[in-house]
Amino acid sequence: MEGYKRNMIPEPETPLPSIKTGYGLLQWLSSTDHKQLGIMYLWMALFFFLVGGAEAMLMRAQLALPELNLLGPEVYNQLFTMHGTTMVFLVLMPTLIGLGTYFLPLMIGANEMAFPRLNAMSLWITLLGGLLLNFSYLAGGAPDAGWFSYAPLSEKNYSFTPGLDYYSIGLIVTGIGSIGAALNFIVTTITMRVKGMKMNKLPLFVWMVFFNSFLILGAFPLLNAGLFMLLLDRQLQAHFFLPATGGSAVLWQHVFWAFGHPEVYILALPAFGIISEVIPVFSRKKIYGYVTLAASTVFIALLSFGVWAHHMFAVGLGNPVNTFFSAASMLIGIPTGIKVINWTATMWGGRIFFSTSMLFAVAFLIDFTLGGLSGIAFAIAPIDWHITDTYFVVAHIHYVFLGGTLFASFAGIYYWFPKISGKMLSEKLGQWHFWLFLIGFNMTFLIQHLLGLLGMPRRVYTYPDLPYYGSMNFIATMGAVLMMIAMLIFIFNIFHSLRKGMKASSNPWYAWTIEWFASSPPSLKNFDELDEVKTSRPLIDWEKTNQRNDGE
Amino acid sequence: MWESIDHIFKSSSEDTETMKQLFGYFLIAGGFVFAIVLGVTFYILRKFKVSDHSKQHFDTHESHKVEYLTIGFASVLVVSFLVLAIGAINKIQTPIPEGKEPDIIITGHQWWWEINYPSEGVVAANELHIPIEKRLLVRLESKDVIHDWYVPALGRKMDMIPGQSNYVWMQALEPGHYDGACNEYCGAQHAWMRILVVAHEQNEYEKWLADQKKKASIPQTALQKKGAKIFQDKVCSNCHAIQGTGAVAGIGPDLTHLGSRETLLGGKLRNGPGSLKDWLRDPQKVKPGAHMPDFLFTEEELNALTAYLYNLK
Ligand code: HEM
Ligand SMILES: [Cu+2]
Repeated sequence: MEGYKRNMIPEPETPLPSIKTGYGLLQWLSSTDHKQLGIMYLWMALFFFLVGGAEAMLMRAQLALPELNLLGPEVYNQLFTMHGTTMVFLVLMPTLIGLGTYFLPLMIGANEMAFPRLNAMSLWITLLGGLLLNFSYLAGGAPDAGWFSYAPLSEKNYSFTPGLDYYSIGLIVTGIGSIGAALNFIVTTITMRVKGMKMNKLPLFVWMVFFNSFLILGAFPLLNAGLFMLLLDRQLQAHFFLPATGGSAVLWQHVFWAFGHPEVYILALPAFGIISEVIPVFSRKKIYGYVTLAASTVFIALLSFGVWAHHMFAVGLGNPVNTFFSAASMLIGIPTGIKVINWTATMWGGRIFFSTSMLFAVAFLIDFTLGGLSGIAFAIAPIDWHITDTYFVVAHIHYVFLGGTLFASFAGIYYWFPKISGKMLSEKLGQWHFWLFLIGFNMTFLIQHLLGLLGMPRRVYTYPDLPYYGSMNFIATMGAVLMMIAMLIFIFNIFHSLRKGMKASSNPWYAWTIEWFASSPPSLKNFDELDEVKTSRPLIDWEKTNQRNDGE
Repeated sequence: MWESIDHIFKSSSEDTETMKQLFGYFLIAGGFVFAIVLGVTFYILRKFKVSDHSKQHFDTHESHKVEYLTIGFASVLVVSFLVLAIGAINKIQTPIPEGKEPDIIITGHQWWWEINYPSEGVVAANELHIPIEKRLLVRLESKDVIHDWYVPALGRKMDMIPGQSNYVWMQALEPGHYDGACNEYCGAQHAWMRILVVAHEQNEYEKWLADQKKKASIPQTALQKKGAKIFQDKVCSNCHAIQGTGAVAGIGPDLTHLGSRETLLGGKLRNGPGSLKDWLRDPQKVKPGAHMPDFLFTEEELNALTAYLYNLK
């Protein structure tokens, strides 16, 4: 036993209210266990993904051919607003926060989050916000001013259904949930690491979630302040964003994008974290350039608060402002480029095994690069003056959100599902899911770059029969059908595996981070005791020590 | 393909030419970077692929050379494009000379365009006529929500913001028709807020201006006269203006020369007696959400109104 100490993992001191007998519904509802909460985040994200996906399918049906009349403009406009809002706030956020809630404590060798009750509140309030937002469909009409709700279109005199009131309240409420989660991640990471896990040995996923939490703390209060102002305008006749009575329409854009630009990084950083876990394990190599990966994250996070006006190059802010924001935005390309290089270099010389998880990670690498490059096109103001608010934007956001964050989330789910459920997902179905989704995704969105260059504006419920518009949109709709089929396969895979899947060992991928030390699924108390962490691959070290001990 | 269709880098102005060139450079640089990432990734995947996941693991030999190289290469690209961008920004959005009045004022409405030629006293809607070659100063405004002026071939796009005046330079080097559309989501009928710009040789443009300055044509036939009466009696004149008659309101588009236009309703319909009649019979069916009420005209009234309005050349 010489040379290493075992250290006990502390349990929360006061017992928390939960019904520990059995796993009944009530037990789930009252749970403060980070694993159960993480699982509920993921179910919630899946549920809203189906809602948002159905909205997207309806939109694609309406756009399949020129001048179709399946949905009227009012319905279409509600659908695209709800689709964007749902995907950002109720799908991607909960997926990433859910994975963080489940795995952050496990990966740092803790048994719980720092504030288990806050953790539960964050989940339920996020769900409450989502339900409020969607309740608007029944309460007189969903919001219809787009996910960024530009004033004055979002004001009472232009959008008179209660939709935008539900939008404001719903997002304020989910925003509070995100802030709670962020605080929890930060405190947990700082205070609950197992002995020996210095900040420079944190798994990169933890690093990214940790750092990302500061971004959430910076950005969401801005959104909530803006939403309160909008709500005041709509309900109490304030005039913040109404130019006719002395307000400013552009002010809303500043407030929204001051939140909105960091938000797109909030959706990207944890995804980078997942990729930084998956690629090394399936290449059998240590991550290349840990320090640069971590440092470039800090750089991106700081820059992301200084680039918001690149969403506003067409607002008429003047040449000096446009130049400044062009420069700042283009700079983000550098740290992002470094990350891509690090991931590629990690694979170099490894033994690459194409599990479904790894396939999604590699697809992420390529599609996210494309999304990043088209993002730089927007950063160059004179190019932005042509392509902003066309379908080129739709293509771009989907390459970063879908080809980026969502692919990374799939990679994470295929990777960690055995840990969460104790069952393996079917690799065969996984491959079908991957290929259909990949082809469908690129069919739908690659071509939208061209549609944008042909001048098709975004957010239109229909379009004239101009050359190539009809055929390109038709291809995009067919791609969406493929994605839908892929999703059905994915969902079938989950349910099938939960019921009949192969049992998973505690470490089926021979990974080296601490979550794989726990049983699959982990017991209520994650760990009884752990050895001290010496390097960034503790499981490998521990195995060596144990072998040595056994041999002695 | 590119030259035959109306893509956004088809240019008839120096400004669009500048942007097109910049985009060309960007495509080359971006394509190059993407090709490298794609190529290297595929090479790695082929070379290092194994068919079984093993327990073995390897160390990474870290050399920072690759990272420095990336930083260096990316920085060079960023700086070059920044220089190019600054050049283009200053070439396109040039300062407005002291005391210069705009040649044209365009005001966005949900979902149509009001067009003013301030020095000519001409008001038009939904179709913009301009002379070729001159670099025109255009002032953009909005009466309600944010819209966005965008005719790709003629220069940059610019938002039209209530409570704020924005200026752009517009130019058409060749005579012809140019298609454009509102690019900022502006509510129910954002899809049908398209704009047609017709660029004329100078002398033709002057002829067009002279026509526009004329008052509305006088109704000739009995049917047209009946239509004129309905127009004034029913509430049409509460919102629309027809120069030379009692109708002077500015809530809806000016109809003085409606018959001479090629399209109606922001590109929704080709102009013609048939489509005009469809619109008047049921506006909410043709363009749901449009801010024009349903009047429940009889077939007879519809015929009369159509005859009258289509005669306004
Ligand atoms: C099944 C896959 C999806 C399809 C077929 C799809 C399709 C669409 C379509 C047709 C639009 C409307 C574009 C417009 O009218 O301008 C749109 C907008 C949008 N989508 Fe998706 N989408 C999908 C998944 C996602 C995902 C996963 C996200 C992740 C965040 C996402 C985020 C957005 C956003 C933010 C917008 C902009 C909404 C707005 O303009 O207000 N989409 N999508
Ligand atoms: Cu508009």
